[in-house]
Amino acid sequence: MSTPLATAIAPDLGAPASSPSLILARGLTKRFGEFTAVDAIDFDVAPGESFGFLGPNGAGKTSTMRMIGCVSPLSGGTLQILGLDPEAHGPQIRARLGVVPQQDTLDTELTVRENLLIYGRYFGLSRAECATRADELLEFAQLGERAGDQVERLSGGMKRRLTIARSLINEPDVLLLDEPTTGLDPQARHLLWDRLYRLKQRGVTLVLTTHYMDEAEQLCDRLVVMDKAKIVAEGSPRSLIEQYSTREVTELRFAPGVQETLDGQLDGLAERIERLPDRVLLYADDGEAAVAAAHARGLQPEQVLVRRSSLEDVFLRLTGRSLIE
Amino acid sequence: MTAFPLTTGLLGSRRSLRLIERNLFVYKHGWIIILSGFFEPLFYLLSIGFGLGALIGSIAGPGGQAIPYQLFVAPALLASSAMNGAITEATFNFFFKLNYNKTFEAILSTPLSAGDVAVGELGWALIRGGLYAVGFMVVMVVLGLVVSPWVILAVPAALLIGFAFGAVGMAATSFMKTWQDFDLIQLVVLPLFLFSATFYPIETYPEVLRVIVQLTPLYQGVDLIRSLTVGVLSPVLLFHVAYLLVMGFAGLWVVARRLDKLLLK
Repeated sequence: MSTPLATAIAPDLGAPASSPSLILARGLTKRFGEFTAVDAIDFDVAPGESFGFLGPNGAGKTSTMRMIGCVSPLSGGTLQILGLDPEAHGPQIRARLGVVPQQDTLDTELTVRENLLIYGRYFGLSRAECATRADELLEFAQLGERAGDQVERLSGGMKRRLTIARSLINEPDVLLLDEPTTGLDPQARHLLWDRLYRLKQRGVTLVLTTHYMDEAEQLCDRLVVMDKAKIVAEGSPRSLIEQYSTREVTELRFAPGVQETLDGQLDGLAERIERLPDRVLLYADDGEAAVAAAHARGLQPEQVLVRRSSLEDVFLRLTGRSLIE
Repeated sequence: MTAFPLTTGLLGSRRSLRLIERNLFVYKHGWIIILSGFFEPLFYLLSIGFGLGALIGSIAGPGGQAIPYQLFVAPALLASSAMNGAITEATFNFFFKLNYNKTFEAILSTPLSAGDVAVGELGWALIRGGLYAVGFMVVMVVLGLVVSPWVILAVPAALLIGFAFGAVGMAATSFMKTWQDFDLIQLVVLPLFLFSATFYPIETYPEVLRVIVQLTPLYQGVDLIRSLTVGVLSPVLLFHVAYLLVMGFAGLWVVARRLDKLLLK
């Protein structure tokens, strides 16, 4: 289970009593009939922290997020958000959350600005307050010029930014982002990351799910790796890489058909060797040395790439599978 | 999953007013659509009430005294348009928001509950229905169809009809899977409109049919508004009111539960 690991890696924030968790889950479980989507997971999120759930599709990330968002009843375990129990205090908790769902749920019958105005009203803000915040957030999301447009006319990246702007209308203590940049082009992703990074700087607690390694590395102070409804590892991106991978990774690509004939010839070239369908990964702290050793054995890869280890390698190590299939 | 704790309760909370505000935003863009519901009963009144009425002359009203046919049919048209208006809002528009717009999903991430959504949507349908009822009332005044001060209660009575049919319509919609399912609703609504003693007195029916019609929901509304319009009051009107209230609250109870089940998975 993840508990001993969590204790080992959790950042030292002083006495636990003085910095209570914003979110605390113990044995958190979600079942849909016979299917267990989330299987007794434990985690804590500290105030101001940027916390990520990393894992492939179907790992249970969204189900976990929906329980945190108080829109999905628990099947088992306990969950505390902002010190409150979601079963008894759903509306109070939701009043202090900002939610960016996986699929945009913008109100397509309203304009860009109206989406923000009415969302503020749902939180009980006065009309004047809604108007002020809507204009600020349009600025923040770089959508000022599109304020009067119907939502349908926006690009995917703009809709995403509007969804994030909408989630901030109540000045939430915790922002929940489910796959915030999935389906966006690189430019739109970087713009979004920049906006999220600014929020983080302002002290907003971010909780996000992603199956992108680079996103997790960019945005998360700490993350848990989920696979098949369970947490398989926990720590900062750096500590996870240190713990589960080597400093460098060497990727060798061979001509078609060659890789299958290499039985035994790769053994001992690195601390650990992964054979993927299209390439071989050598895990060794010194990548260049591994390349030299391979050449010394007479191996002739068509392509060689030495790179730094990433969370992708951590995931491969932990589950034996790649994240994006 | 019987009683789900995330809903605040059957009647929702004050927050349900925000749903009405949302709909005002939407109709600000296309307020002309809202007028359509006003013309429907007016056209019926002009064609059937006055056109056909010219041939029919007088007819036995509530209490048995003869009244002009227009006066007989106008309150029934008010009742059935209250039903139709509520059904349109509670079926097509509700289904769209539930399945395509994702509006409700977004709303449930805020402090609002499924109960708030159900009550707010119904409240909006009633406001629309109320506007039509008042408009129709004005037409009745203009056409000289006001003979009793009790007619003023026809407006709240129309709202009650809207409440009952709106709630049950939303409950039915929450079980709908495709747009085709709406044909079933028409299959119920159209006979209600035609056979609830709307265009001719209930005495026209043989005994058995009469009892059946007297148990159907729109008949409650037709007889209620017609009696108020003509000014013939009787204890049976209280039964009509109770019938429609129970129908509305039962529908609302189902809707709130269904929304929990559909949206809070």
